[in-house]
Amino acid sequence: MSGGVDSAVAAARAVEAGHDVTGVHLALSKNPQTYRTGARGCCTIEDSRDARRAADVIGIPFYVWDMAERFHEDVVEDFYSEYAAGRTPNPCLRCNEKIKFAAVLDRAMALGFDAVATGHYARKGDDGLLRRAVDPGKDQSYVLAVLTPAQLAHSMFPLGDTPKDQVRVEAETRGLAVARKPDSHDICFIADGDTAGFLKNRLGSATGDIVDQATGEVLGSHDGSHQFTVGQRHGLGLKRPAADGKPRYVLSITPVDNRVEVGPREALRVDRIRTGKPVWLAAERTGTFEAEIQLRAHGEVYPATVTVEDDGLSARLHRPAFGVAAGQALVVYDPDAAQGDAVLASGTIDTALRATDGTVESLETAGV
Amino acid sequence: MAYLDHAATTPMLPQALDAYVRTAQSLGNASSLHGSGRTARRTVEEARERIAEALAAKPGEVIFTGSGTEADNLAVKGIHWARRADGRNRVVTTAIEHHAVADAVAWLGDHEKADVTELPVDKIGRIDTAVLAELLDERAGEITVITCMWANNEVGTLQPIAEIAALAEPHGIPVHTDAIQAVGHVPVDFAASGAAALTLSGHKLGGPTGTGALLLRRDVTAVPLLHGGGQEREIRSGTLDVPGIAALAEAVVHAVRTQETESQRLALLRDDLVARLRLAVPDAVYNGDPELRLPGNAHLSFPGCEGDALLMLLDAAGVECATGSACSAGIAQPSHVLLAMGADPDDARSSLRFTLGWPTTKADVDALVAALPEAVRRAKSAGLT
Repeated sequence: MSGGVDSAVAAARAVEAGHDVTGVHLALSKNPQTYRTGARGCCTIEDSRDARRAADVIGIPFYVWDMAERFHEDVVEDFYSEYAAGRTPNPCLRCNEKIKFAAVLDRAMALGFDAVATGHYARKGDDGLLRRAVDPGKDQSYVLAVLTPAQLAHSMFPLGDTPKDQVRVEAETRGLAVARKPDSHDICFIADGDTAGFLKNRLGSATGDIVDQATGEVLGSHDGSHQFTVGQRHGLGLKRPAADGKPRYVLSITPVDNRVEVGPREALRVDRIRTGKPVWLAAERTGTFEAEIQLRAHGEVYPATVTVEDDGLSARLHRPAFGVAAGQALVVYDPDAAQGDAVLASGTIDTALRATDGTVESLETAGV
Repeated sequence: MAYLDHAATTPMLPQALDAYVRTAQSLGNASSLHGSGRTARRTVEEARERIAEALAAKPGEVIFTGSGTEADNLAVKGIHWARRADGRNRVVTTAIEHHAVADAVAWLGDHEKADVTELPVDKIGRIDTAVLAELLDERAGEITVITCMWANNEVGTLQPIAEIAALAEPHGIPVHTDAIQAVGHVPVDFAASGAAALTLSGHKLGGPTGTGALLLRRDVTAVPLLHGGGQEREIRSGTLDVPGIAALAEAVVHAVRTQETESQRLALLRDDLVARLRLAVPDAVYNGDPELRLPGNAHLSFPGCEGDALLMLLDAAGVECATGSACSAGIAQPSHVLLAMGADPDDARSSLRFTLGWPTTKADVDALVAALPEAVRRAKSAGLT
């Protein structure tokens, strides 16, 4: 229970469904003041108090579990090292993979619980498949697409069948004070929302070039390539406009020589993507099949031909995508309008290949 | 439900509750000069006399406060401020104090630039007085105050207060003792102890929460923390809580009067608890001084288990106990007391404190002994996170 409205209603629903429920708030920082303050995050003393008050109202026991060390090692350190390697990680996904449905679930099972229930917006079908939530705007199946079938079997998502606004109404009806608490959006362990500053603090700053990918011309400088994400447009600080007057975007990041390459939006077009070793949430497939893929949380969905290769998936998009960043997840869905699209598999994006006139050019970072 | 956390708080004694309700029904500010005020004042002064008599203090030495924490702060900061002078700016404390003392001393160090010396403890949590003797030989002139608890709130070990006071006496250094866990549980004789100041708290001995007292010798000055009406010897301000004070006196008198028989009863129950737990969980480690400890305290480590997990499982089974001392953020830190005793951080996180009190019976111990083995089995399989 994060202290937000979703997990509070999820807990109340689990109780109503007849389960014997215990509320758990995760302490993710040894020093809670260092993480986000105010009403939005998931890691503050205030949030812990909100979660406790929700548990009181629901009438369930409540405990704080200290996951600070695990969270730091598995999520925060991973966040740093991914950025340092020129990739763009999704820490929420990593937290689900390593903390909520791993460390927490393992501990819970050992202590005699049967499952972890969360306030994520996703559905689990009778077939055990993870499916999109009813509310397309809130669907969180993307950040859950790292769960193995074993983890899924011991997970519950009581909110998947309800639109968010109804969840708030329900919270109000249930007398939960968090009914109107704002949603959290930013990264919970970055107190002030300043991701670039957070990264700079740890990874340091070093001046490097911003280079036009097409011409090789040095257009400007930056103080650390880890502050950039492929597809980023703002914050480049370029004084001179491009010759055609159009905005420039980050096309690639090369940490080894601290180089950021930019170019027109057109150059971000990719239609072939390759991932690392996939996680199969549904029965493992082989060969080639048609599916839909999603490349970032709440991002667009692309029809694609997916091929299962050695140690990875490759997808050929039927319509190009823009600004695909290595380090994000490629999630493969089997479309199903009636029950919700089912997650088949996911993999971390390694390379995205540019869709230009037959030439194959890697958009991926050169890595370290 | 088996409540085995009486060191956190213990229910009010029936006679204390009666005194509270009776007094709360009568009107009067003890500082008013009219009849109602005089009645209230009489209640306060009678309470003061009864508490003094129960603890071998003089009535004029009793200063009522709003909590044990307040009394600890008043003693440590107040005496330090009063005695600080050129070349004298050192507070001597121990590695095992409750936060009410430890954090007050730390604040004096950080904020007031006081020098702080922390006396170490041995493996059973007892202060090493030889270290103090050495310190006094070298630096007695620098010391404003020495503070050492009478009995440790976590592991229950009794401290050599009389010995410490005797060492300090020739140097004229006042000794404060936080006796919150001791009063009513072990014999406490303020005059004989040689201490200059002693803290007690109502809700640890059957009185109300929100009541406390500092026994402060008349020849010792303390600078006030709170400024206002100066109700208590011009050292503590705030309208006197007449019903709270009446109930506190009732609880202190009762707890001290029954202390000998009650401590024998609790020590027997406690020894039975420890023996049966060690039989049920053979690798459990009994912490603290096996002899010189609080009669109602059993503190054990369960290797490979996280104290938090055990607490939750026992709670679910209807048995309430504590890990270390409660932390406001709900985040478990390894106990500073166990670390000071030389435990490694994992061992320090694997401990539980069971504390018995006046309502405790054999049935509570039976419930714990029945629930613990399964809790330990599960917690062990969950391991240390």
